[in-house]
Amino acid sequence: MADQEGLAEQAKRNGGESGGEDGALRDRLAAFDGIARAGGSVVRAGQSAAGEFAGGLAARIRRSLTADLDDRDPDYIRESLPLTWLLTTLWFRGEVRNMGNVPEQGPVLLVANHSGGNMTPDTLLFTLAFYTYFGVERAFYQLAHNLVLASPVGQILRRYGTVAASPEHAQRALDAGAALLVYPGGDWEVHLPIWERHKVDFANRQGFVRLALDAGVPIVPVVSIGGQETALFLSHGGRLARALRVDRTLRLKVIPISLALPWGVNVGDLLGHIPLPAKITVEVLAPIDVRAQFGNEPDVGEVYDHVTNLMQETLETLAAERRFPVIG
Amino acid sequence: MRLNESIVISAPPTLVWDYLAEPSNYLHFMSGITRWEVAGEQRTGLGARYRMLIRVGSAEVGGLIEIVEWDERRDMAWSSVLGVDQRGRWRLRELDDGRTRVELRFAYGVAGSGIPGWIAELVSAPQLGGHLRRSLRQLKRQVEHERMRADASQRRAERNLA
Repeated sequence: MADQEGLAEQAKRNGGESGGEDGALRDRLAAFDGIARAGGSVVRAGQSAAGEFAGGLAARIRRSLTADLDDRDPDYIRESLPLTWLLTTLWFRGEVRNMGNVPEQGPVLLVANHSGGNMTPDTLLFTLAFYTYFGVERAFYQLAHNLVLASPVGQILRRYGTVAASPEHAQRALDAGAALLVYPGGDWEVHLPIWERHKVDFANRQGFVRLALDAGVPIVPVVSIGGQETALFLSHGGRLARALRVDRTLRLKVIPISLALPWGVNVGDLLGHIPLPAKITVEVLAPIDVRAQFGNEPDVGEVYDHVTNLMQETLETLAAERRFPVIG
Repeated sequence: MRLNESIVISAPPTLVWDYLAEPSNYLHFMSGITRWEVAGEQRTGLGARYRMLIRVGSAEVGGLIEIVEWDERRDMAWSSVLGVDQRGRWRLRELDDGRTRVELRFAYGVAGSGIPGWIAELVSAPQLGGHLRRSLRQLKRQVEHERMRADASQRRAERNLA
């Protein structure tokens, strides 16, 4: 209190209440000081907001790369099935065959070929088919590229059961007794050029075989056709990705180049595209019990060849059924 | 969405009912049905559960259903337990000439799916309606065929006795 009185006295001596020229000048300086302080506060608030935004973004990306299996939301999936059904029925005239080949219960590794650029209508159709066939109550997860989960649609996909692709996440899902859908070809296969649209190309990624062996689960191959006709895919852009080093920084092996709606020339396909209404057909093959078929210590390469050859044959059979591109 | 189809079958309600009460018949006469299997130990009657799927558009849709009403030779109703919401009913009524009018009512949807759900119901209605009509026609064919066989068998038995 004494200090305050002393300060008030000092202010009085300094002409704080005089109303003279010196006092007016001090008043103006004080006002400027106030403005400066207010400005400082705004800048600090701005920095704080930017920091929070960056922090939030980083947290979101970090979060998107973790696998919280509990993010899968059966009620959300159930309520959104009609929209998925409309898209796959009216736009893609989807057809899924032999869903009964998926074991009725227990963990299973669904190994599929991938197509359609970043829009991947095959995933949309198969996910719908799985959930309508077995019900949303059955745990079902899909592995996806980090960038897909970090994108704005990542949040929706997580509720659908999509987790970032990694052996640990896959193992965790299978250990939980879930069905797990993997696309070994991933970003490479999904952007295959149009003239390779009837090719199963996993780029020699054999991890799925080890995963099935470690988890002791059957492999169910899933073959789809039509996705690669939803745009005119011209090149993976694998060399471009290596030149720009995004293969190391973003785990992105490709920078695809295609002709797609509404962009015309579409480089990267990061914003996606409007897919052409190509007919999508998916066929589920019989389960493969790797140890029963290849022995207790199977050769991973041999199993990989067996699965990919089987899928290639099926893809060629499906291709032979198609009379016209897009129309099917 | 609610669909309603009916047909007149030249057979008494007992024969139609016996045919409808047997779950293994559904794969034979129900159009679009890809799965109809008993779930649980109770095969038929009130409380029996079935896992059923019907192909509609790009998907096989259905789920677990339970018989919730069982009025012999008259009404059999079911309701979904899991899967797409559905409620169905077989309604049998005897006509004066001994024939049976069979009505199949089917209501379905996905609660909480909003406008897309409403559109999906509208879009799927013609295909499902077609399935119901074909199912009733096949039911009529099967039951009337059963009746002819039963009548022929009876005539043979009477001739043998004579």
